[in-house]
Amino acid sequence: MTFGFKDKKPSRRQFLSGAAAVGAGAVAAGAARAAGPDPLITEVQDWASITGEGVDATPYGLPIKYEADVVRRNVPWLTADPISSINFTPIHALDGTITPQGCAFERHHSGAIEMRKRDYRLMINGLVDTPLVFTYEDLERFPRENHVYFCECAANTGMEWAGAQLNGAQFTHGMIHNMEYSGVTLRTLLEEAGLDAAGDLKDKWVYVEGADASSNGRSIPMEKALDDCLVAFKANGEALRKEHGYPVRLCVPGWEGNMWVKWLRRIEVTDQAVQSREETSKYTDTLADGTSRKWTWAMDAKSIVTSPSPQSPIKHGHGPLVITGLAWSGRGAIKRVDVSRDGGKTWETARLAAPGEKMALTRFYLDTEWNGEEMLLQSRAMDETGYVQPTKTQLREVRGENSIYHNNCIQTWWVQPNGEAENVEVS
Amino acid sequence: MSKYRKLIATTALAATLTAGPALAEKLGLGRPALPEEIAAWNLDVSPDGTGLPEGSGSVEDGEALFVDYCAVCHGDFAEGVGNWPKLAGGEGTLADKDPLKTVGSYWPYLSTTWDYVHRSMPFGNAQTLTPDEVYAVVAYILYSNYIVEDDFVLSKENFLDVEMPNADGFIVDDRETAEAHFWQDEPCMENCKETVEITMEAAVLDVTPEETKARKVQEMIDATNPANKPAEAKVEEAAVAAEPAAEEPAATAPAAEEAAALDPELVKAGEKVFKKCKACHQVGEGAKNRTGPVLTGIVGHAAGAAEDFRYSKPMEKAGEEGLIWSEDELHAFLAKPKAYMKKTKMSFAGLKKDDDIAAVIAYLKSFE
Repeated sequence: MTFGFKDKKPSRRQFLSGAAAVGAGAVAAGAARAAGPDPLITEVQDWASITGEGVDATPYGLPIKYEADVVRRNVPWLTADPISSINFTPIHALDGTITPQGCAFERHHSGAIEMRKRDYRLMINGLVDTPLVFTYEDLERFPRENHVYFCECAANTGMEWAGAQLNGAQFTHGMIHNMEYSGVTLRTLLEEAGLDAAGDLKDKWVYVEGADASSNGRSIPMEKALDDCLVAFKANGEALRKEHGYPVRLCVPGWEGNMWVKWLRRIEVTDQAVQSREETSKYTDTLADGTSRKWTWAMDAKSIVTSPSPQSPIKHGHGPLVITGLAWSGRGAIKRVDVSRDGGKTWETARLAAPGEKMALTRFYLDTEWNGEEMLLQSRAMDETGYVQPTKTQLREVRGENSIYHNNCIQTWWVQPNGEAENVEVS
Repeated sequence: MSKYRKLIATTALAATLTAGPALAEKLGLGRPALPEEIAAWNLDVSPDGTGLPEGSGSVEDGEALFVDYCAVCHGDFAEGVGNWPKLAGGEGTLADKDPLKTVGSYWPYLSTTWDYVHRSMPFGNAQTLTPDEVYAVVAYILYSNYIVEDDFVLSKENFLDVEMPNADGFIVDDRETAEAHFWQDEPCMENCKETVEITMEAAVLDVTPEETKARKVQEMIDATNPANKPAEAKVEEAAVAAEPAAEEPAATAPAAEEAAALDPELVKAGEKVFKKCKACHQVGEGAKNRTGPVLTGIVGHAAGAAEDFRYSKPMEKAGEEGLIWSEDELHAFLAKPKAYMKKTKMSFAGLKKDDDIAAVIAYLKSFE
């Protein structure tokens, strides 16, 4: 296998000849007239003759082998070790808004651990009336809620601060997933322990901690803890996968993924932020003058065209084209998404597959026509607070280039006449 | 906070209107946490020292501990190894391009360092250092950042006296004021700029992982999509194409031949067991020393012999005295590393099942 960008640098000329080939293919595949009868129709195929697998063949199914390329991928040079690392959701190949658990990105600080439900304990301590210990069974006896939330790593798109780096929506924007969670509100559990001991709740915090070897812990202001945080044990209807915190994780809707503590084992009510490693040395944002922002919890409104994109080029001929992507905001529901085909000179409003929901992914479509012209494809999200997704230039004007986290800039794909797309930056 | 607060108000209101369960009085679930249980888990340390246990440790003791437990990733002088975090240096670089963020140059609170070392380190062997050892390691990290002198002893008593250089380097999230201009009711739709130029291409940097490059992925899609196959192509063919991993590159063929005597089932089982070792060890082509040494060819070879790996003193000595990792020796070591060799760096507790040990040895033997 010798193909790849390095030894086969695409040239202008190739784009042109490629375009011609696409054009020819378009005629052949066009609706007008087939060259001859399609053997897939005229000949009896095996699957139309021989039987398939029985119902006892696959007690728990995986995607069909033809979808073997729709998988999480990681970028080895990003981290020292895959145990404390991240991989990316194949958003370029998915549609709708729900991310299947099996390909939803993973981020561990000390690897994905395996814990039985019967070994699970959740402690609430600190400024509560009665420090409590819950078993997994206890949690299932509290009133339950269901919510769809996106979980985005604060570092999503972080490699793109200094310039266009990775060729694929999976790599630039794949540190995100969106699932329907079932669980108990954090508020319910805190009230079970009693908050009278905490006194005035306004300046109180909740420190949450995981059971894995990283002891990942974050401080959450009480206001947020009582508002919408969810102690979840099911995702998309089934138990959490181990890589997502089985048996219990925390959801902190709209806020950076690092706070969504997995294997949640302890909830401590405190009168100050603990200032753990993950809220001081990491997940803080250094500005151009060297000062750093802390407690940048909310994920700003953001969107990405998932197709066409570098890993999902246009493979059909000229004519109808569906441009699609995802939009989300940690401050509320997505209100509108605009798409530009000329690098931001002109914009047209895309169609939302469904009205935006708070702290959840929204799918957008632009049903359009493409005739082989180059496109500088962008999308721009707007949320219900009136926030408009900024350009990379606008972000750099405020934040400089030394940030790692919270890069929610408008992304550009350069779609070429042959339908291939590349990650670029534009003026 | 204005926008955020407004939003909270509306969400709270919305919540009462949707299908959330009514907040009832307590359900009496769970049981009171015992003091011993709280003491075992409630370990976090806050900036004002809340949570710090009694104890102390010197820079000198810290250096010895650091070399044993930390240097393999963080370097002897906390300067970092490879991609692992650098803990020292970087003073005055925060406003530079690519600032170096270390405990000395960036971390605002000493409590964070103590807490993190205590609860999360050493990597792969967390929560094994005593409070005195943690005080010592933290003292050494301070020393390596020129924050304290070499005769310094860090203790609960003097903890808050240590001044962190970047203590005042942080501001609370100010996006809603500093970036207030991102809130605009009607963004531009037409003639938003005069010209558009491509200023940078990802293909120029070319850092997308080789095996996952767009084009390669595309080849895979093409190969696996039956619609792209000539009509005569049968399903089995597509199945083969769907598993490119099945076609081993020629380079690994000799190894495969040598390993022919091995039970493939056992090797496969061993590969699974080896997952437990992977945090620290690499094996096979291109393997590098990480927290632990490369294991390629380890079975039947001398102990303490991986190039450029710094072994514990006892392991080094055992190698010099002629210890060969025969299957039996390796078996004994893997069953209980610390019992087999006191003070080995390998923090792994050991494999409980003999079958697992046999399998992992077979797996290791499959690499030469």
